[in-house]
Amino acid sequence: MNDVSVDQAPMTSELSTDQSGGPVTGPRLFNEVLLEVNNVSLSFGGVKALSDISFDIKKGEVRAIIGPNGAGKSSMLNCINGFYHPQEGTITYKGKERRQMRPHEAAKTGIARTFQNIALFRGMSTLDNIMTGRLLKMKSNLFWQALYWGPNLKEENEHREKVEHIIDFLEIQDIRKTPVGRLPYGLQKRVELGRALAMEPELLLLDEPMAGMNVEEKEDMCRFVLDVNDQFGTTIALIEHDMGVVMDISDRVVVLDYGRKLADGTPDEVRSNQDVIDAYLGVSH
Amino acid sequence: MSETQDTKHLDTFPKLLQHHAKVRPTKPAMREKNFGIWQTWSWAYCAEEVAALACGLAAKGLKRGERIAIIGDNRPRLYWTMCAAQAIGAIPVPLYQDSVADEMAFVLDHAETRFAMAEDQEQVDKLLEIMDRCPRLERIIYDDDRGMRHYKQPFLDSYDSLTAEGRAFRSENPGFYEAEVAKGKGSDVAIFCYTSGTTGEPKGVVLSCDNVLITARNAAELEGLSEEEDLLAYLPMAWVGDHIFSYAQAYVVGFGVSCPESGATVMHDLRELGPTYFFAPPRIFENILTNVMVRMEDASAPKRRMFKYFLDVAKRCGVDILDGKPVSFSDRLLYNLGEVLVYGPLKNVLGLTRVQLAYTAGEAIGPDIFDFYRSLGVNLKQLYGSTEASVFITIQPNGEIFANTVGKPAPDVEVRIADNGEVQFRSPGVFREYYKNDEATRNTKTEDGWVMTGDAGFFDDRAHLRIIDRAKDVGKLADGTLFAPKFIENKLKFFPNIREAVVFGDGRDYAAAFINIDQQALGSWAERNNVAYASYQELASHPRVGEIIKEHVVQVNRDLSQDSHLAGSQLKRFLILHKELDPDDGELTRTRKVRRRIIAERYEPLIDALYSDRDRASIHVEITYEDGRKGVIAGEVSIYDSEIYQPVKAAAE
Repeated sequence: MNDVSVDQAPMTSELSTDQSGGPVTGPRLFNEVLLEVNNVSLSFGGVKALSDISFDIKKGEVRAIIGPNGAGKSSMLNCINGFYHPQEGTITYKGKERRQMRPHEAAKTGIARTFQNIALFRGMSTLDNIMTGRLLKMKSNLFWQALYWGPNLKEENEHREKVEHIIDFLEIQDIRKTPVGRLPYGLQKRVELGRALAMEPELLLLDEPMAGMNVEEKEDMCRFVLDVNDQFGTTIALIEHDMGVVMDISDRVVVLDYGRKLADGTPDEVRSNQDVIDAYLGVSH
Repeated sequence: MSETQDTKHLDTFPKLLQHHAKVRPTKPAMREKNFGIWQTWSWAYCAEEVAALACGLAAKGLKRGERIAIIGDNRPRLYWTMCAAQAIGAIPVPLYQDSVADEMAFVLDHAETRFAMAEDQEQVDKLLEIMDRCPRLERIIYDDDRGMRHYKQPFLDSYDSLTAEGRAFRSENPGFYEAEVAKGKGSDVAIFCYTSGTTGEPKGVVLSCDNVLITARNAAELEGLSEEEDLLAYLPMAWVGDHIFSYAQAYVVGFGVSCPESGATVMHDLRELGPTYFFAPPRIFENILTNVMVRMEDASAPKRRMFKYFLDVAKRCGVDILDGKPVSFSDRLLYNLGEVLVYGPLKNVLGLTRVQLAYTAGEAIGPDIFDFYRSLGVNLKQLYGSTEASVFITIQPNGEIFANTVGKPAPDVEVRIADNGEVQFRSPGVFREYYKNDEATRNTKTEDGWVMTGDAGFFDDRAHLRIIDRAKDVGKLADGTLFAPKFIENKLKFFPNIREAVVFGDGRDYAAAFINIDQQALGSWAERNNVAYASYQELASHPRVGEIIKEHVVQVNRDLSQDSHLAGSQLKRFLILHKELDPDDGELTRTRKVRRRIIAERYEPLIDALYSDRDRASIHVEITYEDGRKGVIAGEVSIYDSEIYQPVKAAAE
């Protein structure tokens, strides 16, 4: 593991640039650490899901977590947003160490996520689903919200405007009023991303945002992820299986296998790491 | 109506804009749905915005007579750019927003554009890609700045920075803008419209302000358009129709134009807006109707029965009521009940409640579809037009609407039929030239201003123009009878059971047809009627399918016999092809147009059989699978005889 040397060097990577056309980009530099995972271990009974994992996520970067099935990727995300509580180790977020945090507390501190299997309200419209993402930002209580009058009307309008910007951003205007259950899978994923964005998170956790998508949907999703990162400055940690996608859009990659950390570094470094190659091609453990 | 008279002396778009800003400053000029809400801009606001934009373009160096490309969906800012360019004497060249970079490169290079206005990152990327092939292109302005943060090219400007620069320029050079607008005159070039170019390279049609404005004004007067109209601008800006309906007529009459939120929300926005003036190609009317019918299939049985009953009522008397013809009291009562129960709600869902005038053009519309909308009380009319005419050549006058004609010549338009049957016209809207293509100009436009359309047609007994085919496809039977294959093919294809048809007859004794069945339509018929079949080929050769198709052919013959010009080209024999015509085999173009010559070669034995007295023929054809492998389909095909009707005229004599 040579992550120490990697961490010391300033991170450089480029946004997608195709020949002469395309944006003029410089190297991307990240210094400030947003979240730090130190020696985290998690086990369910006798099963060790994570053992002694350490890595960090820097403010503004796109960080990928990859690994074969059962490597502990989702468990890692669940630890970060407080759904699981690791038995050992610490997670430091924005300089504050925390051990026992509940998901809604994590959400309040600016961590949002999407799920591997879509977790939307199927009977509700796209608009309403994304509105639920604003819930934590709303000041008035249920009673006042139901009244829909005076200051609450104004508040709702403000939230609606934020949501409309997200709808515009994700180009889903045409399904604004469509019940989510009627939408194809790729669009549902996009709505879920929209709901996470509605929280205006600082750290966005995406659990397999491109699973089960066709090439075109994947390209769209990649663009949205990069745009979110670029325009809102949101830090993104994502789990993804499509290596092409991971290598294209992430600044740094951490590789897990059987609950252990195999490698950590830029896509190029990870790609040429022998341990990673072995893990993906299958070597007996 | 008076409005068009008031503005008659105003011969350019910017002058009209100034006029409206004075006369109706607070009335809406443009709307766009954005962030889920309709945003509105008044005429006064538009005039200021256009002035700032024009000054910005001038400050960046756009000069009188130069071209500026405009690329994007229908957006208010792009329409303003068009007017701003015209204000300083530059010529807007709108491009199809979905054209690929190569097609764009041709037009940009041909029109020698120095400036380009792009809607968003996607269009900017395309422009950057072809920049080295268009050496004259110097400056790109973009509207939507999403994703543009990292573009640092010095020749890129955002719309906002351009208008800011324009405002500064305007305060430093007071009177500049007004003077520039005053310099404009009606004979100035208003726009280059590049025709899509199905044959060869696209051609740049040069239209002057007079061409566009006089034609737009004439049609607006004929139809009595008022400043209260609402129109949804959703067809490509590069298409001359959008230029006339959404831009020229709006400026002439002073009505508001609305832009949809995105291409995918058009139907929804249409419903919300409820336009009073509407244009759509036949394809869109067809799609809407199909959607309605499919959704009705899912409705509950009582609703379905009610829908069907009142649709029959509408079919019986709806068109007559719309045309103001006498209708029995009971029918009128039923129709009014239907309006409350079915037609009204249906029109509301489709966004057609307030439509006073709807046009369709571009290709033949199925008479059933046409009558469906008219029977609901939607004043749908056909028109015939072309880019070279600034759209209007003929329009169906109110009260004289027939599904099979395109109406009478529009005001100030002369139409004549050449000896070879080709339709020619002369009008104030006749284009000046094809840009940098004298040969094409000479081939299309005569010295004295007549334009050849390339369409064959004739005036019927009611003095209505009927377009039957492209002139080059029209032939003659051996006895000299007029023969228009596409006209007959279209008639056949209006039956849902017939997917494709190819009609032969040029230089032959009689007309005969190949028919491709529609597997979906006939497949569901087979399911309902317990007809077993294993493959397309088996279904196509089923005798009961043959009977169904024969009924359709006989129906077409009956229609043809009503028509004194075409009665001679009734279909005497036909066959049902054992395989679908396929673009992969080169039998159709990618846009599903029949390639007559190739089909004639491939199926020569079948054509021979059609013109013999045999009732069966066998055929081997090579086919190409999607992965490129080849195979052979062999089959035995039955040939059917159809009944021929005496021409109505001849029978009456």
